[in-house]
Amino acid sequence: MTSDNNATPLIEVRNLKEYFPINTGWFRTTPLKAVDDVSFDIMKGETLGLVGESGCGKTTVGRTILFLYEPTSGEVIYDGKPIKTKEDIKQYRTKSTMVFQDPYSSLNPRMTVSDIIGEPLDVHKMYANAAEREERILELMDHVGLNSEHASRYAHEFSGGQRQRIGIARSLAINPEFIVCDEPVSALDVSIQAQVINMFDELQDKLGLTYLFIAHDLLVVRHISDRIAVMYLGKMVELADADEIYEHPLHPYTKSLISAVPIPDPKIARSNQRIPLVGDIPSPLNAPSGCPFRTRCQYATDACAESMPTFEEISSGHFVACHRVNEIND
Amino acid sequence: MALLEVKDLHTSFFTDAGEVKAVNGVSFNLDRGKVLGIVGESGSGKSVTAYSIMQILAPAGKIVSGSIKLDGQELVGAGERVMRDVRGNKISIIFQDPMTSLNPTYTIGRQLMEAILLHTNRNRQEAWDRAIEMLRLVNINEPEKRMKQYPHEHSGGMRQRIMIAMALACEPDILIADEPTTALDVTIQAQILELMQKLQKEMGMAIIMITHDLGVVAQMCDEIVVMYAGSYCERGTADEIFYNPRHEYTKGLLRSIPTVSTMGQKLQPITGTPIDLLNLPEGCPFAPRCDAAMKICIKKAPESMDINENHKASCWMNVADQAKQGGAQSASVAAQPSSDSSQPDVVQPASASSAVQTADSQTSDSSDTSDAFPQTDSTDKGGAQ
Repeated sequence: MTSDNNATPLIEVRNLKEYFPINTGWFRTTPLKAVDDVSFDIMKGETLGLVGESGCGKTTVGRTILFLYEPTSGEVIYDGKPIKTKEDIKQYRTKSTMVFQDPYSSLNPRMTVSDIIGEPLDVHKMYANAAEREERILELMDHVGLNSEHASRYAHEFSGGQRQRIGIARSLAINPEFIVCDEPVSALDVSIQAQVINMFDELQDKLGLTYLFIAHDLLVVRHISDRIAVMYLGKMVELADADEIYEHPLHPYTKSLISAVPIPDPKIARSNQRIPLVGDIPSPLNAPSGCPFRTRCQYATDACAESMPTFEEISSGHFVACHRVNEIND
Repeated sequence: MALLEVKDLHTSFFTDAGEVKAVNGVSFNLDRGKVLGIVGESGSGKSVTAYSIMQILAPAGKIVSGSIKLDGQELVGAGERVMRDVRGNKISIIFQDPMTSLNPTYTIGRQLMEAILLHTNRNRQEAWDRAIEMLRLVNINEPEKRMKQYPHEHSGGMRQRIMIAMALACEPDILIADEPTTALDVTIQAQILELMQKLQKEMGMAIIMITHDLGVVAQMCDEIVVMYAGSYCERGTADEIFYNPRHEYTKGLLRSIPTVSTMGQKLQPITGTPIDLLNLPEGCPFAPRCDAAMKICIKKAPESMDINENHKASCWMNVADQAKQGGAQSASVAAQPSSDSSQPDVVQPASASSAVQTADSQTSDSSDTSDAFPQTDSTDKGGAQ
């Protein structure tokens, strides 16, 4: 799509950390390292896919970037300007927003559709009079394919796909430049999922949006993303162009993850060689020392237990964090 | 003879708002050692079909008509005594959510032993040994320790493996897996699917795999039934369904999943929204969302037609196609050349006799007594009792 020709980063994330204190005794707390030293850029107009198993910290990354959680440390730079003060955050929130996973619990059941979509307009006082507000709401509903007669209805009257459209219209209300989409299609049926994915595509073309697209369905992520980042236990393990990461995954975790995706084609599925992962993802409360993946990695050596591999650029635009990346992929 | 024969099954839920026809004339056969996939979106009736086979429907649900034969024995209206022997012993079920389908107040061991003690002549020590053997079979480390632990001490993947161990403890002929991996991550999903395939080969049981994930179906299943709004659209071998789909819904479903070949292109979604089961249309339930819908589709529900010996579909398009080819395949299609403009009402469905109106009088009589059994009867799967 657009990543190569205008490669100015819209969002730069630098050494982002988000630790949650967990009570582990009467007067003791242990930090749960949900996101541990993550750095990446999102270019203007691109879609960055973020994948990983549940509990790997992908949702926390999305929320921390939007300052829904206060970062423990690290920096978010928006359009070249670091966001530090409360005033910065307020300003930033008029340009960035979020679409939530569950269209059933993210809409207030006591509000009509027009109130839900109009709420961000009210918060940011983005209209001069009631007529202008009304007009803007109808325009937004039109963007996402809802009829104007739906405006006075309540969320429970809609199906899952239509509710997700309401949620997206609400996100678009402030004219954002950047949207964090947190598993926006995983609660939807296959046939509806395709409608919503197409809508994300169309809105991006029409409004020049930049997405951080968080999902666990790798086929969907590949379809929508320009670049894909893979996370494991709070750390980023690989980042590359969507096609590159699928065709030449370098990190052992990414390899297993991609080979585990069931392919909807019986002949390919029967011949598909999976790289099975043994065991479960370790608890982030006592993550393994060194590389977090070493407990499930078939290539792990003593060196992997000692230090966390650096996240470095192996080839152009392809970042990997693995000590043995060169040996494994020879 | 097929191990399980389901014929023209109708299951309804009688709610305050009216009768919800959750399953509307589903038929299929399952042979020994085969894997059958039931695919459909939420509300298509795939889980209700499974619950009807086990007769563990919610109190408002009732098998209205149809026949379910296990090894020649009729189960519809067979009574609770027969069903108790079937459930957990001959047919087992694994539920979607491993987090809620184990009882949190009992140890893993107690829940595993319950079915073994109920259905076999083993004493407690033998049942304990059998349970440990089952845990080993599903690759759980330190089974002796796990037996004394509670469900919350296990991860999602482990709980699902414990559910599988529980379901297989009595060596059932059929394992029904109701979305067994939907709640799990892909890497864990791959582990569970591989385990199920391995156990199926070793134990030779048949599996009914209920899922909405076409990838899982492609990997696991020999035969596939596609359902929409309670009716079945088509059934056939996996290759037939994926490479030669003959129902517009299946075609739409296959078009709407992203694959390598759709990269950089728009997906082609099925338009519209899912149907309201309280107000089913007169004709084909998929007609309101179907791009190829003809006049007859709105008026009359299509009946099952043979595409070939491995493939049946219920779609008027096939009648129109066959008519265009001069009724080449099944000669019994007394069709006039039909296009969208001409009235294809006169077209008689071909092999309707194979699927409909075969519920014998015995079944329809007894269906009244086959009242809904409360869901809690499925306690061999770890319900609270």
